[in-house]
Amino acid sequence: MKTNDVILQTTTKLVFFIIFLFSIHIFFAGHYTPGGGFVGGLLTTGAIVLLLLAFDLKTVQKALPFNFTIVTGIGLLLALGTAAGSIFFNVPFFTHAFDDFTLPLFGTTSLHTAMIFDAGVYLVVVGAAVTMIQTIGGDA
Amino acid sequence: MEFLMAIVVGILFMAAVYLILSRSLLKVILGTGLLSHGAHLLILTMGGLGGAAPPVLTEGVTDFADPLPQALILTAIVISFGVTAFILVLAYRTYAEHQTDNMNLMKGNDEHD
Amino acid sequence: MNFVLLIFLPIVAALVVPLLFRKLKAIHTGWFVLLVPIVLFIYYIGFIKTTMDGGHAIAELQWIPSLGISFVSYIDGLSLLFTLLITGIGSLVVLYSIFYLDKNREKLNNFYVYLLIFMSAMLGVVQSDNVISLYLFWELTSISSFLLIGYWNTRDRSRFGALKSMMITVFGGLMLLGGFILLGIMGDTFSIRELIANASTFVGHEFFTLALVLVLLGAFTKSAQFPFHIWLPDAMEAPTPVSAYLHSATMVKAGLYLVARFTPIFAVSEVWIWLVTGIGLLTLFCGSLFAVKQTDLKAILAFSTVSQLGLIMSLLGAGALAYHSDDAIFKFATFAAIFHLINHATFKGSLFMIAGIVDHETGTRDIRKLGGLMSIMPVSFTVAFIGSMSMAGLPPFSGFLSKEMFLQSMLAIRHFELFNFATWGILFPVIAWIASVFTFVYSFYFVFKTFAGRQKSEPLPNKPHEAPSGMLVSPVILASLVVVIFFIPNIIGKWFVKPAVMAIQPGLYSHPSDVKVDVAAWHGFAAPELWMTVSLVGVGFILFLTMARWQKLYDIHPEYMSLNALYDSAMLFSEGGMNRISRFYMTGLIRTYLIYMFAFIAAITAATLFIKEAFVVDMESFTPINLYGILNAIVLVIAVSMVLLAKTRLSAIIALGGVGYSVALFFVIFKAPDLALTQLVIETISVALFLLAFKHLPSLSNHGLTKRNKLGNLIIAAGVGITVTLVALSAHSQKLIPSISQYYKDTVATEAGGGNIVNVILVDYRGFDTLFEIAVLSIAGIAVLAMIRLKLSRKEESTDENK
Repeated sequence: MKTNDVILQTTTKLVFFIIFLFSIHIFFAGHYTPGGGFVGGLLTTGAIVLLLLAFDLKTVQKALPFNFTIVTGIGLLLALGTAAGSIFFNVPFFTHAFDDFTLPLFGTTSLHTAMIFDAGVYLVVVGAAVTMIQTIGGDA
Repeated sequence: MEFLMAIVVGILFMAAVYLILSRSLLKVILGTGLLSHGAHLLILTMGGLGGAAPPVLTEGVTDFADPLPQALILTAIVISFGVTAFILVLAYRTYAEHQTDNMNLMKGNDEHD
Repeated sequence: MNFVLLIFLPIVAALVVPLLFRKLKAIHTGWFVLLVPIVLFIYYIGFIKTTMDGGHAIAELQWIPSLGISFVSYIDGLSLLFTLLITGIGSLVVLYSIFYLDKNREKLNNFYVYLLIFMSAMLGVVQSDNVISLYLFWELTSISSFLLIGYWNTRDRSRFGALKSMMITVFGGLMLLGGFILLGIMGDTFSIRELIANASTFVGHEFFTLALVLVLLGAFTKSAQFPFHIWLPDAMEAPTPVSAYLHSATMVKAGLYLVARFTPIFAVSEVWIWLVTGIGLLTLFCGSLFAVKQTDLKAILAFSTVSQLGLIMSLLGAGALAYHSDDAIFKFATFAAIFHLINHATFKGSLFMIAGIVDHETGTRDIRKLGGLMSIMPVSFTVAFIGSMSMAGLPPFSGFLSKEMFLQSMLAIRHFELFNFATWGILFPVIAWIASVFTFVYSFYFVFKTFAGRQKSEPLPNKPHEAPSGMLVSPVILASLVVVIFFIPNIIGKWFVKPAVMAIQPGLYSHPSDVKVDVAAWHGFAAPELWMTVSLVGVGFILFLTMARWQKLYDIHPEYMSLNALYDSAMLFSEGGMNRISRFYMTGLIRTYLIYMFAFIAAITAATLFIKEAFVVDMESFTPINLYGILNAIVLVIAVSMVLLAKTRLSAIIALGGVGYSVALFFVIFKAPDLALTQLVIETISVALFLLAFKHLPSLSNHGLTKRNKLGNLIIAAGVGITVTLVALSAHSQKLIPSISQYYKDTVATEAGGGNIVNVILVDYRGFDTLFEIAVLSIAGIAVLAMIRLKLSRKEESTDENK
């Protein structure tokens, strides 16, 4: 799938980063406003799909040199680890903790262990979806 | 509104079942896609369509839409994506191996017991 | 120590057997296995003191306390006797098998695992006080017997015999379970002791006779009583140690055990006495009659076992008369039954082992080819002679004593006056006498046709010689027991038989020594049983000498009329019938199965809705219709019909995308921003996915779907659609319990520290769901990868071959 549409490719380079940053924003905003790991992950996947359509598979692989199956694995471990972590603090499996912290620059923010779990979800969604699309696209 | 939605859900299910019963593999996949859409709307309708605001805590709002069906559906949407991708690949691999997408020709026989 | 655990010792040992077999090739696995029954035997001997005083020992292991089901090991005279038979004969059989089964050629690991499982199961049957665990062990004996009969699983006859025994005994087992459950309902307990204690209240209960018949069916199938005896001859395909152990000494006696154990509950019933005595006597008669016809050594023994089991069964039935008559003779019958059970285990065990030795050393079991082995195999002959003479009921062997007691009991039935016995009672001694004549004939037939006379001119498959001494140890021990018991019957009686009798008739005695039976070989010339014995020896001897002339009479009885033919045709019919039925609805087409599913979903759901009057529509609760909703619904329906009517792949995929986007719009309308976002992105990615796979996809085609097919599909589809609509409406209108959503809404800020309730539900409240969901997603991703990679690697292989 070699395309040579200069306008598409140039726009894509710009739009990719906009979508990607937006997906990160949506992911972090998830606890308070619409968004979260699923939507964030899917948006990131969407951005990568756009890259794939504008360029070809090899170029994208060079630009994003991750093995996405391993990304999936890391995500699963992160999610399971967060859930299992609670048992070390003598509370039932899957108990989340949160608290308010005052950080320089950001001011008062609340930090959640649920966020780490959501990050796991994000990584799994990106990993699994991109793996599927890459393999299907690469199947000659 | 629920009445209308119930009918829409019924139509989606009907179309999905009709497609799934056809002999073409691709139609079966399209059918499963419609079926998951139907199921999502069914959950939403059963939970009730009331609520003045999205289920996000906002100052001064107390009448939220029911968050539980939404959470269930969100899970279902992502799963159905995974399953659709899986079936899609399964289908076209089957097609490539057997050179046919006719469901009537793809049947088990006694030799492979 | 909790000795209920000992029941499981053989099964636990079975776990180690395959390991020993694999690692210690040089030593025959049997030597290790031998330790198990020996240890158990020695341990259980210690209980004799308790039971001799009429006491019992009990140990319990809770299993399902809420249902009153537990493993209880209850050891009284009866169960101890069986336990000692199981472990004692078990030890001898394992010892024998060490020499019988070659360690290099046979799959010893399988054999001993099955045998040890059987041992546990059998111990469980005779020691269980809880009927449910008894049933469990009962079926386990059937299964291990199945495995052992089919041990040489490459032989057709073995598989046939295994299946046949399984079919019949498991049928009986299920009947037994039914009987046990009925007893449990009647007595409100599963404990046998408590059932016996309440037995008087069962009489006249509507389930009483049914439970009785069901329990007897279980016992009769297991003990190969007429007409269920047909499985036992076919079970002879098992290796000979198995035949000696399961099919003569222990497992087939489980039915006798059951009858003995339940005598206190059922003996008051006329049906019980008639069935047990009558069927027992009938089995005795048929078994002895057919044994003479057989030409295979083991088949003779199989029929003789059938007939001897019938003998013991009829004695148990006669013993039940003790509940109706004060005549001491009927207590005597129970004593005789137990005594003969011990004798039978010893002489039949030794005879089976000899049959195995003959088979092993000459290569055939066909009695027509054998003859004159007496001089070549003197030890085997002596053992066979002792066993056969005991079986025939001649002195000085133990069988003589119990045969005399049997005849005495049968003679006594004449004088019993209840239950029509006055009219029919005379038949009992007559049939018993005829059967004894035939028993005499087949005993002589077995030993003398094999060992006496001249060797046949046709050479035997192997050159015969005496068996190795290790193989002879077990039969010689058993044969010496046969002789010893003849001289010390009253010691055996005091140690084993009387405690067992007391267990069978608990209400009649307070101490085993109350059983006033004194066994003697000589009762004086006036005793009628003596003259019965003398006459049967005379007639039997004449019949044996003239056997060649009348043996042909058996051929008059046509094969297709026999019970075996009935069994075979029933099996063929049911197999063929089932096959046709399943072929009728199992077409192999996914579409057919989907039609079944959808049709049933629609029918069952719709029927439930209306039968349960669950279809209620509460118009009040509906939210007002808004314009965007209507417009969007129209768009969605148009998109759906485009999917249905699309002629090309591309238009179908785009239409499907359209459906997805309008669903996303619905999410917007119904205040679900998270869903709307997710659906929009997913739909985009899905369309991309479809397009990426586009070149691989087949084009749309009907594949010759006829108008009628289409109509059928449409009807089912419409049915499902309408049902779902109805469910959606009624589910919305009725809320049986309040939704948990309110809890989420109330606590989301305080407990979870979040604002977006949907996302908090996903990552916190219902985090498990999400965890499993991402696991499923990863599996789907890896599966897609695997399916495509799999093809690539196979292609590479094929190109390699082409080079």
